[in-house]
Amino acid sequence: MRRAMNIAPGRGTRLLLALLPFLLIVCVYALGSADRRAANPDDKLLPPFAEMADTAGRLATEPDRRTGEITLLADTAASLQRLVIGLAVATLIGLALGIALGILPMIDATFGPLVGVLSMIPPMALLPILFIVFGLGELSKVVLIVIGITPFLVRDLAMTVGAIPGEQLVKAQTLGASTWQTVLRVVLPQVLPRLIEALRLSLGPAFLFLISSEAIAADAGLGYRIFLVRRYLAMDVILPYVAWITLIAFVMDLALARLARGAFAWAYDGARRR
Amino acid sequence: MSAITVRDVWVEYGDQIVLEALNLDIASGSFVTVVGPSGCGKSTFLRMVLGQERPTRGRLLLDGAPLPAEPGPDRGIVFQRYSVFPHLTVLGNVLAGFEFAASPWLGTLFGAARRRAVEASDELITAVGLAAHRDKYPSALSGGMQQRLAIAQALAKNPKVLLLDEPFGALDPGTRAQMHDLLKPLWRQHGMTVIMVTHDLKEAFGLGTRLIAFDKLRHDPQAPGRYGARLTYDLDLTRRRPTPVAPVPRANQDSHSGTSTLPLHPRHST
Repeated sequence: MRRAMNIAPGRGTRLLLALLPFLLIVCVYALGSADRRAANPDDKLLPPFAEMADTAGRLATEPDRRTGEITLLADTAASLQRLVIGLAVATLIGLALGIALGILPMIDATFGPLVGVLSMIPPMALLPILFIVFGLGELSKVVLIVIGITPFLVRDLAMTVGAIPGEQLVKAQTLGASTWQTVLRVVLPQVLPRLIEALRLSLGPAFLFLISSEAIAADAGLGYRIFLVRRYLAMDVILPYVAWITLIAFVMDLALARLARGAFAWAYDGARRR
Repeated sequence: MSAITVRDVWVEYGDQIVLEALNLDIASGSFVTVVGPSGCGKSTFLRMVLGQERPTRGRLLLDGAPLPAEPGPDRGIVFQRYSVFPHLTVLGNVLAGFEFAASPWLGTLFGAARRRAVEASDELITAVGLAAHRDKYPSALSGGMQQRLAIAQALAKNPKVLLLDEPFGALDPGTRAQMHDLLKPLWRQHGMTVIMVTHDLKEAFGLGTRLIAFDKLRHDPQAPGRYGARLTYDLDLTRRRPTPVAPVPRANQDSHSGTSTLPLHPRHST
């Protein structure tokens, strides 16, 4: 008998195994939904798939009577705008600060401990302050995402820079590189693959902060919508929205993973088991 | 010209003395091999010449001027590992040396300047026998090929001094012999001073024009850090037999006599 850790599935089996849990969840849900409907035809907790598809189709195609916009698209656009701006700003700050902390001992001595302390502040505890300072508009939501994920990015990238062998930095100097040239040609390219990995890990928290801030004060957005219709127990809206949010996050994650492997093939040469 | 002068250099880490009373004159164009047991300060000496470390006392001069306190393009280095940039191809690794010098802000060359630099790089890549692999990343190269690349990279700056820190320590004997055949003509051709730290005595005698050995002559069991390593052997290898270069500095209370106990010869050494 081979050890369990040595038994790996083939290609076809892998696909089948991957689909299995999904199918199982769908089946359990369908059975539960049918069960509840049989007991109470007005049940709202577990709407059947047909009803959810119906509602989702309406939200995705028909303009809202009040605003004249297609609800799902308007919500998605509003949320994605906040998310992408937040991620972009956090990335830029994280990259600049992370590299500076990682390569410049003076900067590390000055700001390292500060970053360490700041990263321990729960970002959600700052949300009231952000609402007070930046108002209830777009800015406070974007700032929450930035505050939420930047400390992680800074620390992660500073550690990545710290993990570059000292030999390489010395080598760069013996090739005549200045600090700036070393950063640009040696450090930055080696940090970029890890930046993308760190961004992938940040997607979850970023969505968390987005939806939280939208839930509290917004007039459009994916988080705003699900918290709005919660009052009417509109599970036929909430569940498709949750699925849609998940799909967006999943596709973003996949795209980043592909980007990392495509653009930085040198970093993935047999480095990992899977 | 690239003569190195070491005058009464001591290296101490706190209470621990690593090197003591080091005096050396290395002539321009010599190939100096440095041997000694682990922890005797060979690498410390190399790092000092490199500019990564500073002597606690004493002076280090390159052509009569104090050595800069940080690594620079006048001193090339090949480490045992991690010498090449993993994110650049073979060509990119060699090209980098030319690009740093010519493009202070972008560190990248374009157009005609780039073509010239690529030509010069290709020449070096061919010289170390990597022409067929010029577009590969280091992860696709064997250990020996990576060291060849590191040498080509260092030669791009035409350094006065080339420092080698156990460069072939991780290679198999066959590859090591190839590297020796590669290195010697390159050293002659570029006319630079080479300082090579090695554990392999045969290599040290075979390659060098001068061999220096560090070792701790005195030992205090109560305070292992009290005494540092000194220069114990300094041999001229260009004569018919290895000949002591200068009287070796001795510790006062140390009684065993000096250079007459030198049975070192390549045939006996490994």
